[in-house]
Amino acid sequence: MQEFVPSLIELSYLVAAVLFIVGLKKLGSPATARNGNRIAAVGMLIAIVATLLHQNVLNYEMILVAIAIGSAIGALMANRVEMTAMPQMVGLLNGFGGAASALVAVGEFWRYITSTTEVPLSETVTIVLSVLIGGVTFTGSLLAFVKLEGWISGSPITFPLQQPVNLTLLGTFLVASGFLIIDPHQPFVFLGLIGIALILGVLFVLPIGGADTPVVISLLNSFSGLAASAAGFVLMNNMLIIAGALVGASGIILTEIMCKAMNRSLANVLFSAFGAAQTMTSEGGSGITGDRTLRQIDTEEGAMMLGYAKSVVIVPGYGMAVAQAQHAVRELADQLERLGVEVRYAIHPVAGRMPGHMNVLLAEANVPYPKLYDMDDINPEFDRTDVALVIGANDVVNPAARHDRNSPIYGMPILEVDRAHHTIVIKRGMNAGFSGVENELFFKDKTMMLFGSAKPVIEQLVSAVKEF
Amino acid sequence: MAEGLMIGLVVFTLATFIGFEVINKIPPTLHTPLMSGSNAISGIAIVGAILVAGDRNWHLTTILGLVGVVLATINVVGGFWVTDRMLQMFKKKEA
Repeated sequence: MQEFVPSLIELSYLVAAVLFIVGLKKLGSPATARNGNRIAAVGMLIAIVATLLHQNVLNYEMILVAIAIGSAIGALMANRVEMTAMPQMVGLLNGFGGAASALVAVGEFWRYITSTTEVPLSETVTIVLSVLIGGVTFTGSLLAFVKLEGWISGSPITFPLQQPVNLTLLGTFLVASGFLIIDPHQPFVFLGLIGIALILGVLFVLPIGGADTPVVISLLNSFSGLAASAAGFVLMNNMLIIAGALVGASGIILTEIMCKAMNRSLANVLFSAFGAAQTMTSEGGSGITGDRTLRQIDTEEGAMMLGYAKSVVIVPGYGMAVAQAQHAVRELADQLERLGVEVRYAIHPVAGRMPGHMNVLLAEANVPYPKLYDMDDINPEFDRTDVALVIGANDVVNPAARHDRNSPIYGMPILEVDRAHHTIVIKRGMNAGFSGVENELFFKDKTMMLFGSAKPVIEQLVSAVKEF
Repeated sequence: MAEGLMIGLVVFTLATFIGFEVINKIPPTLHTPLMSGSNAISGIAIVGAILVAGDRNWHLTTILGLVGVVLATINVVGGFWVTDRMLQMFKKKEA
């Protein structure tokens, strides 16, 4: 029996890995996604149970207590969280995952240096790597969480010599790792390494602004996977390596999609403190506001335009989510459909605070997902659209991205609402978007501005449309 | 040990490619659930934490391992649960 257990554990890990892959694959379609998630969860359960069978695992009671505590907290968080707060939730969970991986490495290190055994070179290297990735993921995610919660300002925080400081810290980390590799029995050097990793995580997220949060969350998601992989190398455990690699790959893909949607390179997102510096250039540069006129309408006129339209495309932005207006929006769509208007939704890849966030928010308001259109699918349709209704979105509908080479958002793919016959923009005020750029869409002849907070304005539109 | 490292690298590289292949086809609508779901999978660190916490004798390693188990479990349970909560809202037709 004793001889079979190790093979049984390895086989269970293989099954778990297969279930993870199948689960991720099923997450690829709305119809099968829920099952996919459950399949992956079963994989996780198998992996955990198999691990408890391991001959070195004797501390069952305490481990089960720890699992019970973690499950209670996790379930509570998952049940309580608002859908608007999903980026924070994912950010926090990323951080916990990263911290757990780093703790595995630290624990292994401690076990090695307190026992008499020689520490193999590869072991020290993987432990140091694991501490670096896990530590950065942990504090970086916590800071992203704090920023998203609004506990500190979401705008980029910069200080003089930021890059040199970062580079010095990274250099110090490498040198100290070298010392540790030569002689692992230096707990204080190791503590120093942990400290630097934690500080680097903070410094890495600090200069990144609110608009770039989708990128950061995706990247940290990838890191949390890589941290698990690194811990897998420390323990030479294929389960951790495989699962971590899958998550690492998925995070990288999402990061790339987000960067593409903003037409920026990853390096630019990480190091340029976007949104802080550009504000000044756009104000100093063109000075648009003064000489152009806005066309303002009230909700009665807005309701008329929408009610008599054949087709309406709704463009929701984060402003809609902040105002909690998604249920009102869906009611408006219902009323319009009652009048025979075709209503569709256009979702920009970076609408919301994380990839796909807007889709979740609309799904919560019971909007059927086939009515949500991706940017590439809806853009050719705007020519044939009577009214494009922009709610709390700004940069992602700014036509300057197409033609104004001086604009900081030049080249960013946008939703081409200005090609619709009419555009109605619901907006709180004339503040610039995340990028700090004035939006020329607002000054076009075909654009009507409807000022006010999204929720009351849409509720008024709903009651006006009801009268039809 | 170096041999183990090589095998690990092979496994890691192949798994990364599988990850790229599988996830590339996921539509933008599902990116948030994908992220929270894959996030739950990164809670696989729980396996490592259990192994580290396994020793019956109390010392620093055991304690670090147990803290790791708590954190990783939050990651696993919270991640899968919240993903399920999101996905149940995705409907083809209005209810």
